[in-house]
Amino acid sequence: MAIAAQMINKTKEFFIEIGDLSYFAVRFFKQAVIPPFEFKELLKQSYQVGNRSLLLVATTGFIIGLVLTLQTRPTLIEFGAVSWMPNMVGISIVREVGPVITALICSGKIASGFGAELGSMRVTEQIDAMEVSGTNPFKYLVVTRILAATLMLPLLVVFGDLIALFGSSLVEFMKGNVSFTLYFNTVFDALSYGDLVPATIKSFFFGFVIGLTGCYKGYKTGRGTAGVGIAANTAVVMASLLLFVVDFIAVFVSDIFYEL
Amino acid sequence: MDVKENIATLQNNRSSEEVVVRIQDLYKSFGDNHVLNGFNMMLHKGENLVVMGKSGSGKSVMIKCLVGLMTPDSGLVEVLGEDIASLDQVDLDELRSEIGFLFQGSALYDSMTVRENLEFPMRRHRKKFDGITDTLPLVQEALENVGLAHTMDLMPEELSGGMKRRVALARAIILKPKLILYDEPTSGLDPITAKEIIGLMRSIQKKYGTSALIITHDVDCARVISERMILLVDGINYAEGTYEELVASTDPKINAFFKK
Ligand SMILES: Nc1ncnc2c1ncn2[C@@H]1O[C@H](COP(=O)(O)OP(=O)(O)O)[C@@H](O)[C@H]1O
Ligand SMILES: [Mg+2]
Repeated sequence: MAIAAQMINKTKEFFIEIGDLSYFAVRFFKQAVIPPFEFKELLKQSYQVGNRSLLLVATTGFIIGLVLTLQTRPTLIEFGAVSWMPNMVGISIVREVGPVITALICSGKIASGFGAELGSMRVTEQIDAMEVSGTNPFKYLVVTRILAATLMLPLLVVFGDLIALFGSSLVEFMKGNVSFTLYFNTVFDALSYGDLVPATIKSFFFGFVIGLTGCYKGYKTGRGTAGVGIAANTAVVMASLLLFVVDFIAVFVSDIFYEL
Repeated sequence: MDVKENIATLQNNRSSEEVVVRIQDLYKSFGDNHVLNGFNMMLHKGENLVVMGKSGSGKSVMIKCLVGLMTPDSGLVEVLGEDIASLDQVDLDELRSEIGFLFQGSALYDSMTVRENLEFPMRRHRKKFDGITDTLPLVQEALENVGLAHTMDLMPEELSGGMKRRVALARAIILKPKLILYDEPTSGLDPITAKEIIGLMRSIQKKYGTSALIITHDVDCARVISERMILLVDGINYAEGTYEELVASTDPKINAFFKK
């Protein structure tokens, strides 16, 4: 019984949270279109988002490309289809692996960063101080961060994709003696708009989810310094979870489109 | 009883003077936590009023209701002749530019330099300065008032606790407010630094002729700076009078504040 009650409670909490988050998103859209706009802060945040995650995205992208190729090689050789390598790896990186891995890395870096930053600003009353200074803190802190994440993530994904492809081509060059030019030409020939467009749209949504959950958790931080850690931590968990939900929906929707 | 009589005469003497803050029957609770239960208060022009209460008694909640950072459950809050509840965002911001707020933990923006911290309130309250474009002289003047002109380009993390508090004080007065609200101006500081802060508060008041509402649980601070005191106990204005009057009281609840 106790377990059942607990589960009901947890489920209730979950839906309340989703409701709160949706309300937060609505507030974002409302505030994002009303002037004044904080362009300078948006630029600064965009720079920070990119700067913070560039190295991580590059490292993971490179390793993923490398590993994916190394592991696929024996199978393809067995079927005598090793020349298909660029197509296969290229498409899987661009369509799925690149966006998802980049987004996951960024949710660890950016969502937690936003959660901790806004959380500590909340508990040290910096957000209150902004409010009494006549600056709308939601606009200044939240809107700029969510926009920055939304705009920067697709760029990071493209960057991560390119590095992953480079990792993959490196393996092909060393093991199969395929030149870089040939490799990249084959990949770009194989890619169609049907691969690029959904992946790019998806990346915007990933960025939005990361920015939204990070800011939501940080902005709502409870009183006391313990709240900051909790905010950063739950922001990552929630963002990662939502990323997969968004990914599922995205695959589903683009599938419908290409059936038509 | 003579405390009560004194209040009556004090209020009669003052009644003709301009009222800067008027709080009537203020109620505020968080769930079952009834923090303010009908708090009353009046602050007159040029006056130094100390509201003293134990920590957790609702002092910060009260002062946040004054600037619209919290919304009371019921009661009247009038600041500089304006009923806070009736103001829209624009008018509220306008009013806030007449109020300086020193936050409990200084609340300096930790991603900005001292100069940017001081310039922040001027971003939106430009109107008050008839289109001043060069903010540097104002920043310099405010910093000189607290003896920290040389810290202009430092980050808050490079300052000691006492210096942070002084910069926060400079930020609170940069708009030349008519009213300054101090939330525990001496908390977390050593006695000597606390004395310095109190000295600065006095000199600023003399220089600009501001009214001040100081909330604190620090008896020494109250003794030095108060012209009149209100004790906040159980969510109401439990007692009122000068420091000497309150110290002389035999009421155990009042006495509890002054026992060493
Ligand atoms: N935002 C809030 N949500 C819930 N409870 C709060 C909030 N702010 C203050 N409280 C509660 O109100 C009471 C008074 O707090 P506060 O005004 O900060 O005390 P202090 O007199 O030390 O400044 C405390 O019991 C605190 O837990
Ligand atoms: Mg307090």
